[in-house]
Amino acid sequence: MTRLRLLFLAPSAVLLAVLLAAPIAIVAVSSALTRGTYGGLGLPWTIENYARLLDPLYAWILLRSAALAGAATLLCLLVGFPMALFLTRAGRRRNLCLCLVMLPFWTSFLVRTYAWMFLLRDTGLVNTVLQSVGLIRDPLPLLYNDGAVVLGLVYGYLPFMILPIYAALERLDPSLAEASADLGARPWTTVTLVLAPLAWPGILAGCLLVFIPCLGAYLTPDLLGGGKSVMVGNLVQNQFTNARDWPFGSAVSVALLALVMLLLLTLLRRRAEELL
Amino acid sequence: MYNMDHPVLELRGVSRHYPGHRAVDDVSLQLERGVLFTLLGPSGCGKTTTLRLIGGFESPTGGEILLNGARIDARKPYHRNVSTVFQNYALFPHLSAGENIAFGLRRRGARDLERRLAAVVELVQLAGKESRRPAQLSGGERQRVALARSLVLEPDVLLLDEPLSALDPKLRRQVREELKSLQRRVGITFLLVTHDQEEALSLSDRIAVMNRGRLEQVGTPEEVYLKPRTRFVAGFLGAVNWIDDVGVRPEATRISAAPPGPEVRSVAATVESSVFLGHCLQVRARLADGAAVVSEISRLGGSFRDGEAVHLWWRPQDELRLPTETE
Repeated sequence: MTRLRLLFLAPSAVLLAVLLAAPIAIVAVSSALTRGTYGGLGLPWTIENYARLLDPLYAWILLRSAALAGAATLLCLLVGFPMALFLTRAGRRRNLCLCLVMLPFWTSFLVRTYAWMFLLRDTGLVNTVLQSVGLIRDPLPLLYNDGAVVLGLVYGYLPFMILPIYAALERLDPSLAEASADLGARPWTTVTLVLAPLAWPGILAGCLLVFIPCLGAYLTPDLLGGGKSVMVGNLVQNQFTNARDWPFGSAVSVALLALVMLLLLTLLRRRAEELL
Repeated sequence: MYNMDHPVLELRGVSRHYPGHRAVDDVSLQLERGVLFTLLGPSGCGKTTTLRLIGGFESPTGGEILLNGARIDARKPYHRNVSTVFQNYALFPHLSAGENIAFGLRRRGARDLERRLAAVVELVQLAGKESRRPAQLSGGERQRVALARSLVLEPDVLLLDEPLSALDPKLRRQVREELKSLQRRVGITFLLVTHDQEEALSLSDRIAVMNRGRLEQVGTPEEVYLKPRTRFVAGFLGAVNWIDDVGVRPEATRISAAPPGPEVRSVAATVESSVFLGHCLQVRARLADGAAVVSEISRLGGSFRDGEAVHLWWRPQDELRLPTETE
């Protein structure tokens, strides 16, 4: 029995070791090395790369990233919760609606982000339409700013908010919402006092699933932020490409990873305490 | 404060039709204030749907629902002064028993919240358990929280959907008594749904028997049991022996070895088997035409051997006379 279990676990264990543990180990090791003369890695061992992180410039980038990711998460929650609630009540159209939520995954994220650029740029669809109906004279600055980055993040990660909340709401006994209404609660009160507290694990999962990838996003801020709007993901990318400073890029990655792990552990511990 | 000219609750030709299915079909009912009224019927007969129409969780496709003479069928559940005790109680699992009970009072902004809460907790004997979560309560306690949560709002009608079905069978009889005495004490009109005829008979002031979305008969427990208007009602409220299109309840079917006098009706039969049930003796007999008849007689009246030729007899007033149905 135990042998069989090991046999079945082996493929995923190998996969995790090769594709997850090993790269993290490599990054962790390189973060403690010195930058070579022409890029690359070299000795001696040093903590210099981590010391550089204390520079206010980098702290600022990290803070900005957290703020943008936080804003995107909040917006995803505000849009995603009502959509998840709608899904649980969509009746026969539920499966169709679920498919629509997941439909964007069928196209490359890169292509979809370019599509947003075509919509938002000065000569893009939105500005052209607004100008042609005479609402505006000069094109609105819709692209290459923080707003565009948050919009792109919300668009990209919304399904990760909707699906766990939907799963949590779906599990709830429908008579709970009925009982709430029966006792005199308006729909909004039912949501805030009954549905949201009971769907809390799903909400938390959704927020983490959105916040964590948003924090490390680099494609969206690169394309929609136009390089002006640097997030920590762009910083890492920059160190490995233009700056040719792999050790520092690794140190930023490890710091980001540590930060996310800390966040997760705190939340999971609080959740465990709530359950006790 | 009430308009006493109106029944507290009235249904006028209420229907809930689905494509190809009539869940509730042209149901008319009147509930007098303060009664314990039961909707009785088999599962799928539309009794729960009727309750949900009154509670406001579904909309009728036809007819009118009136509370104290005013139409409520278009109102949202939170605008109807009725309250439902759900079959599974639907207690909020994240709130304590006390907060569950206070939920409705808080929505109404009741000023004397503490006093009313204490009174209802006392009434349903939950004192000292207010801080427990529903998961930490027994089945009976959960039911009392659900009752208290609705009763504290003093609804015009309390709707109870199979209130005893989630309880342990041994507890059921006891809770049944408690429910009835509670209803007498608070004086609130109860509309209860059940499929259990014994429950309906023992609890109710009036019973409405439903079948296939329609009302078959409305009356007191004695009326529906002793004077059923249809074969369905007769059969649903208890066992019936059909002897030449005449219905006789087993407890009204007597047995004697000698032919009975001319003042009663009788028929010859052969005893097939006897079962001792403690409070009575259940004798199965077969008529000459092959029909099986069950008789429940006192064990004090002696016993009969299997295969013994006997006479089954009953008083004419115990016959259930029903119009012949075309079904």
